Amino acid sequence: MLSLSNLAVARGGVTVLRGLTLAVLPGQALILRGPNGSGKTTLLRTLAGLQPPAEGTCDLPADSVAYAAHADGLKSTLTVAENLSFWSRIYGGPAIDRAVGALNLTQLARRRAGELSAGQKRRLGLARLLVTGRPAWLLDEPTVSLDAASVALFAAVVRDHLGAGGLAVIATHVDLGLPEATILDLDPYRARVIQSTGFDEAFA
Amino acid sequence: MKALLLRDLALAFRSGGGFGLGLAFFFLLSVLVPLGVGPEGGTLGRIAPGILWVGALLACLLSLDRIFALDFEDGSLDLLATAPIPLEAVVAIKALAHWLVTGLPLTLIAPGLGVFLNLPPGGHQWLVLSLLLGTPALSVIGAFGAALTVGLRRGGLLLSLLVLPLYVPTLIFGGEVVRRGAEGMALGTPLALLAAISLGAAALLPFAAASAIRVNLR
Amino acid sequence: MSIWQYANPKKFMVLSTGVLPWAAGLTVILLVVGLVWGFFFTPDDYKQGSTVKIIYLHVPSAMMAINTWVMMLATSLIWIVRRHHVSALAAKAAAPVGLTFTLIALATGALWGQPMWGTWWAWDPRLTSFLILTLFYFGYMALWAAIEDPDTAADLTSILCLVGSVFALLSRYAVNFWNQGLHQGATLSLDKEENISDVFWVPLLVCIAGFVLLFVTMVLLRTRTEIRARRLKALLARERVA
Repeated sequence: MLSLSNLAVARGGVTVLRGLTLAVLPGQALILRGPNGSGKTTLLRTLAGLQPPAEGTCDLPADSVAYAAHADGLKSTLTVAENLSFWSRIYGGPAIDRAVGALNLTQLARRRAGELSAGQKRRLGLARLLVTGRPAWLLDEPTVSLDAASVALFAAVVRDHLGAGGLAVIATHVDLGLPEATILDLDPYRARVIQSTGFDEAFA
Repeated sequence: MKALLLRDLALAFRSGGGFGLGLAFFFLLSVLVPLGVGPEGGTLGRIAPGILWVGALLACLLSLDRIFALDFEDGSLDLLATAPIPLEAVVAIKALAHWLVTGLPLTLIAPGLGVFLNLPPGGHQWLVLSLLLGTPALSVIGAFGAALTVGLRRGGLLLSLLVLPLYVPTLIFGGEVVRRGAEGMALGTPLALLAAISLGAAALLPFAAASAIRVNLR
Repeated sequence: MSIWQYANPKKFMVLSTGVLPWAAGLTVILLVVGLVWGFFFTPDDYKQGSTVKIIYLHVPSAMMAINTWVMMLATSLIWIVRRHHVSALAAKAAAPVGLTFTLIALATGALWGQPMWGTWWAWDPRLTSFLILTLFYFGYMALWAAIEDPDTAADLTSILCLVGSVFALLSRYAVNFWNQGLHQGATLSLDKEENISDVFWVPLLVCIAGFVLLFVTMVLLRTRTEIRARRLKALLARERVA
């Protein structure tokens, strides 16, 4: 499970969000809402352990995280299957067949990733989550460049994942069609005044 | 880890790029130097060890910025940092892959270029051995430099500026081995020191490089 | 009360405000006394003539060129371990000072080398080491300049300083190995009788003390500038958010 207590996250030395206290249990999904620049990506990167919290604690075992950023981490000269099996082997995750099927990539498996359309690349990037075999998905704008059918496909994948005891934190503007998910508006947590936590403030 | 190594090798071979470029550069340098210096065999033979080592070093330098920059741009580095493999191992593997596609081929073609440069016959075996022992240090040190500059938009030039001073000991001992070998002198000490630098760099620098990458991803 | 309280920028500013005039004043006095004494009131060397007097600039700047790097190594370590920002800023502030000392040492050495060795430059181990040191200073400063986020820059330059120190030492030994050299041994050392007569020795000591204080003054001054720059940045950031 994921639990945050009084978490504050900073971007470029400036605290952008603070006072986040919440828990996401297995089987639950949390959807982050907030305008551009409100700190969704920063929060997800902090949860993924890529950057340290500015204050407070973030309790999420590092070996349970599967993070999907704006960039999909695909190599354009490798085929779809090669890209997926690489990540599967890196994470020691399951075979790629189910992931390929779940995101409707079977027809494309032998195509090079560089030849895919933006939406197909995105599906491939999301299929990567399945081959990590990790329970906590952290997704940053997962539906960018997906068409309506693919969004539905993706929602089904997330629902399966939750059903299997996984959890997900998703930053998105789109309605995913996951009514069971909790929606968290980040606006109340935005840090409007820099508090005296950072070093620079010791000067001001 | 094997998967990462195989992927990096596959990427290097499919995109051509750095792999062939370094070799071509090394070859061109060895052709251009006699054209500039003049055809006199004695002079060429005397400077051949240094030229070959400097050439190998610069050829290595050419492809350093690709070690992490490509993975940084397409987001793979973020994903690798959250993967079960420790980042230190990722650095070590990537340095190894870099060596396999640059240092090793350079070592293999070096004797041929030694002939161009009129390297005395006694020097060839030591040229190969010194490059074999020394080029891993070039790749690991280069990976460290690449890790420091991975987040920077125009890191290439800065990377050279940072890495070249770090290459000094390797270059000195490497050139010394070949020079002494060519002149038939005892070369145990520089050879041992060269190997020591490679081993020491391979053992310690991945830690420094991994911490630099963590800072850059933050 | 511990020494770490001075890692607080405000405390550091207060302390340095008090120290700076004294350090600057003493620097001027010591350098004027030492250099005038050395240049005009010491006899010419029987072999080297008046060129020997360049040691009053050459030796202290060469010492401080290395000591500055050591100081940067120490402050970088403090930053890595204790994350005191003033420490990182002090390392940043010291680098151009150290580079200047290195360049002075190289330039004065060349001026002396031309009449004495008959050449401006020789690939002698000491000269080569200093040239390599110059490259390290350049690389270090370039890395600071290239990175926008100050904490990232502090972290990365500290790592570079650590690794660079190891390789600088290695280079020193490599260069020694590579060429036994033209340069005389160290003029001053603690463990053997000075091979220099008192007439030269005392003004030289004054000059060294002057250079040490010059270093302290410059680094304090530059660290204060860095702190003020950060303060400005912090105030602007606050304005923007508010």
